[in-house]
Amino acid sequence: MIPAPFSYRRAASIEEAIALLQQYGGDAKILSGGQSLIPMMKFRLAEPAVIVDINGVPGLDTIEEHNGLLAIGGLVRETTLERSPLIRQQYPIIADTAEVIADPLVRNLATVGGNLAHGDPANDHPATMLALRAEVVARGPSGERVIPIDEFFVDTFTTALAPDEILTEIRVPAPPPHCGGAYMKFERKVGDYAVAAAAAFLALDEAGKIARAGIGLTNVYHKPLRAEAAERALLGQAPSDELFRAAAELAAQAADPTSDLRGPAEYKRAVARTMTLRALQKALSRARAA
Amino acid sequence: MERVPIQLTVNGQSYQVEVEPRMLLVHFIRDVLNLTGTHIGCDTTSCGACTVLWNGRPVKSCTVFAVQADGGELLTVEGLERDGQLHPVQEGFWEEHGLQCGFCTPGMMMTAVALLQENPDPSEEEIRKAISGNLCRCTGYVNIVKAIQYAAHTMRETVPAAAGIAEGE
Repeated sequence: MIPAPFSYRRAASIEEAIALLQQYGGDAKILSGGQSLIPMMKFRLAEPAVIVDINGVPGLDTIEEHNGLLAIGGLVRETTLERSPLIRQQYPIIADTAEVIADPLVRNLATVGGNLAHGDPANDHPATMLALRAEVVARGPSGERVIPIDEFFVDTFTTALAPDEILTEIRVPAPPPHCGGAYMKFERKVGDYAVAAAAAFLALDEAGKIARAGIGLTNVYHKPLRAEAAERALLGQAPSDELFRAAAELAAQAADPTSDLRGPAEYKRAVARTMTLRALQKALSRARAA
Repeated sequence: MERVPIQLTVNGQSYQVEVEPRMLLVHFIRDVLNLTGTHIGCDTTSCGACTVLWNGRPVKSCTVFAVQADGGELLTVEGLERDGQLHPVQEGFWEEHGLQCGFCTPGMMMTAVALLQENPDPSEEEIRKAISGNLCRCTGYVNIVKAIQYAAHTMRETVPAAAGIAEGE
């Protein structure tokens, strides 16, 4: 399959990339890892007139902790993320997520920024970033702005990014004491999107009760979904199997999956419930070990 | 039609060519360089038949534009053999019968080469995980895993030769 013709521009700096986006507006598309964009172009689901390649832009591929935040550059590859000792030790929920995205070859190119900016409810990082209450940093002609993750996902393939903005960084609050998170994905085979997946993040207070709860769901709604009712049901409670089952049920009720080749809607809802339960259980065991 | 000049190294040989931006890397390798060992299978980023090493990392060349490889280094299956000597991974696929129809084999071997450069003594699980983006519809993978284990063993036994290949000489 051959994509439609396009003009290719390689940006050497973030300023140059933004200038190119300003110049071409909605006709331009950012090329990051390209592992979603290029297949869409081959299917002619996307026919951008101009491709702005940001792979040569320096400074976007770092993973750092500073000022109580984890900062992941938009160009960080999934492989880098899943192998990062910092991520594996301090943010295992993010390592869980990275290592089930697509397959190892795709992960060598696919980027965290692209996974989020694509706005695909089937992508895996969005649920985790919702559970973690991350923030997205966008750079545009008038500078930088920080977008709370709850405001970032607007609809299927639509985010809060303006056509002349670039996702440069994802910020995750540094882990509080006694916290843990996990991502559980049910997929038919390696490389497939989730039938359903769930991210869960818990922080416990000194008495062992749930002080913070985050639950995000993948591929069961028209956009990445935060299961707010399920989170509320957990707050202030002592963790128990019964409590987690009730929360998983609330998460499943919030889901609104569509029937397709991955299964009928009711099946996906059941998978979402089970994935939420398992993610909560693993998050709790990590929180207690922390 | 816009054409972009690119310069890259493929299997140790330098090329300077002009390509249309929409040309996929796999088409460049097969149709421009006539290196047809790299196969096109699914053409949808699923099967891994088109796997090549780009700056040392295995990638699906059906999902990269040739212009992106400007300034970079590629290794295809044709670059594995040295002076008539099969690469240990090629030898392993031969000795352990790691193929039936052979269509997935070039991509499978490129992934294996990259794995063994990073991890000279992978467990069976690590091998299976590494090749999970390369589909084989014939073998059931058992002999492919054995072939990679054979190569790992050979490369560990013959460190100097293997080290030369790992560094690209």
